[in-house]
Amino acid sequence: MTDLITTPNIENADDFYADLLALHDGHSKEASDAINARLILLLSNHIGDRDILSQAMRNAVNA
Amino acid sequence: MEKIFEVPMYAYEKSPDQDATIPVRHPVLVIGAGPVGLGLAIDLAQHDVPVVILDDNDKVSFGSRAICFAKRPLEILDRLGCGEPMVEKGVQWNVGKVFFDQAETYKFDLLDEDGHKNPAFINLQQYYFEEYMVDRVRALQAAGKPIELRGKNKVEAVGQHDDHVTLEISTPDGPYILEADWMVACDGANSPTRRMLGLDFEGRVFEDNFLIADVVMEADFPTERWFWFDPPFNRGQSALLHKQPDNVWRIDLQLGWDIDLDHEMKHENIIPRLHAMLGEDAKFELEWVSIYTFQCRRMEAFRKGRALFAGDAAHQVSPFGARGANSGLQDTDNLAWKLKLVMDGKAPDALMDTYSVERVYGADENILNSTRSTDFITPKSDISRIFRNAVLDLAGQYEFARPLVNSGRLSVPCTYDGSSLNGPDAAGLPSALRPGATAMDAPTKDGWLLDRLGDRFQLLAIGLEAESGLSACGIDIETMSLAADESAELAARYLGDAKGAIYLMRPDQHVAARWTSYDKSAVLDALRTATAQGGK
Repeated sequence: MTDLITTPNIENADDFYADLLALHDGHSKEASDAINARLILLLSNHIGDRDILSQAMRNAVNA
Repeated sequence: MEKIFEVPMYAYEKSPDQDATIPVRHPVLVIGAGPVGLGLAIDLAQHDVPVVILDDNDKVSFGSRAICFAKRPLEILDRLGCGEPMVEKGVQWNVGKVFFDQAETYKFDLLDEDGHKNPAFINLQQYYFEEYMVDRVRALQAAGKPIELRGKNKVEAVGQHDDHVTLEISTPDGPYILEADWMVACDGANSPTRRMLGLDFEGRVFEDNFLIADVVMEADFPTERWFWFDPPFNRGQSALLHKQPDNVWRIDLQLGWDIDLDHEMKHENIIPRLHAMLGEDAKFELEWVSIYTFQCRRMEAFRKGRALFAGDAAHQVSPFGARGANSGLQDTDNLAWKLKLVMDGKAPDALMDTYSVERVYGADENILNSTRSTDFITPKSDISRIFRNAVLDLAGQYEFARPLVNSGRLSVPCTYDGSSLNGPDAAGLPSALRPGATAMDAPTKDGWLLDRLGDRFQLLAIGLEAESGLSACGIDIETMSLAADESAELAARYLGDAKGAIYLMRPDQHVAARWTSYDKSAVLDALRTATAQGGK
């Protein structure tokens, strides 16, 4: 079983984080929620591996 | 013109049983002449088991109700001798379209896999379905089979005993009492029989109302299934349009939970809703209308002594996915042969318990699928609506999101994984036909395979030699030899990469066990296992 990567894995972390926030600039709460949901679905499909997805879900709930 | 569901199809006639001083005992009484009760009775009569069906009404289903019949029930109905007229009359469709808000999001084409006699599904009004089944009952009667259909016979009380059931029945000529070695309640989700016996029916209630309207109209909509999420004509809710024979169209409009039922049922309120959907100029006539709520629930066990439960009486699902009548017929398919063997003393009482175990397994699968569809169609929380809409937003542009769209997962047959009746499996054969699975159709030199299977235990020897005339516990096994190259579909479905295979098939066309070489004692062991009498 592959493990979910939980060590730093994104180059230029500050840039990524700024992009993530910029996604929501000027959007209502409702539109932001929709963007987040679409993003989760797009990324989940890219990952595909159900074990990895389950680990991420568990970690998200338990953090 | 009088509709078929307005004509008494099995008008009340007084039975000599009503004048008997001592209650008459019947081998099997079936309560309810819907698709499930009729299916079971036909199956039993074909096995020469005397059966009486009691129904409080004397007509077929009022209104269309169930309209979508899937391949597996059609195969079962073929075995019962009434599938062909249904397929001939029914509407076949492949294309479905999904709309979200104003626009078409995507369309899909459920192309039928080649090499099956029956289509993936047909749309047919329940009243036609029942009419063809009643026709079949009449044909069996004409051929001298022991099947009787008593209209206007309402069960008022049920008494349970160790080896029989007692029924108090009211009729236009007054009450009478019948006894039965076995009673099968097929009297629907509100099963009075189940209630009279005080049996549980637990599950989840969905707080929603749906308006079903069947309209007759000459329309140039294509023969497709159209499903809308949050359309302008039914904001915040869903809608469905589906074609039935005779220019009858099924319209399903979600109404939400907080409605005034009397207000919504008034024609002057229904008509504008339909015009908003079909266009102001649409000309249609309302054939039948109903508002329903639904639950997903089942009985803890489908057997209580000599009382058995089948169809909606035993389990109830939402209509999404057409799992009601379709799964009910799979119940009767599972039940009839077991009842026959137990009644003939060729299998122990324990075989009847496996009816409950296998069909509870099937019901749970249906409830799971139906609950998931319902949660997608009618999101119950803000976050579930956010994800639902996100899926629909993405589905138009990105193919990956389409399998997540759930407007009903169509009924597929259940594989009884883990059933105590399953015998050995052989490595290397296609997993879809593992023990517990339903047979898959395929062309053979002598016709469709499924037309040659069923009603008895059979040994399917494909590309291998096997003996004929096997028998154990008084149960015969008929051997059918097929060449490995009889058809490409047969080889692909039953052999995969193997050169040959031996399949032991149950009378309900499910796989009992399979091997890649023939061994007589293994086959006989598997027969004992498949009939709940030991075996290895």
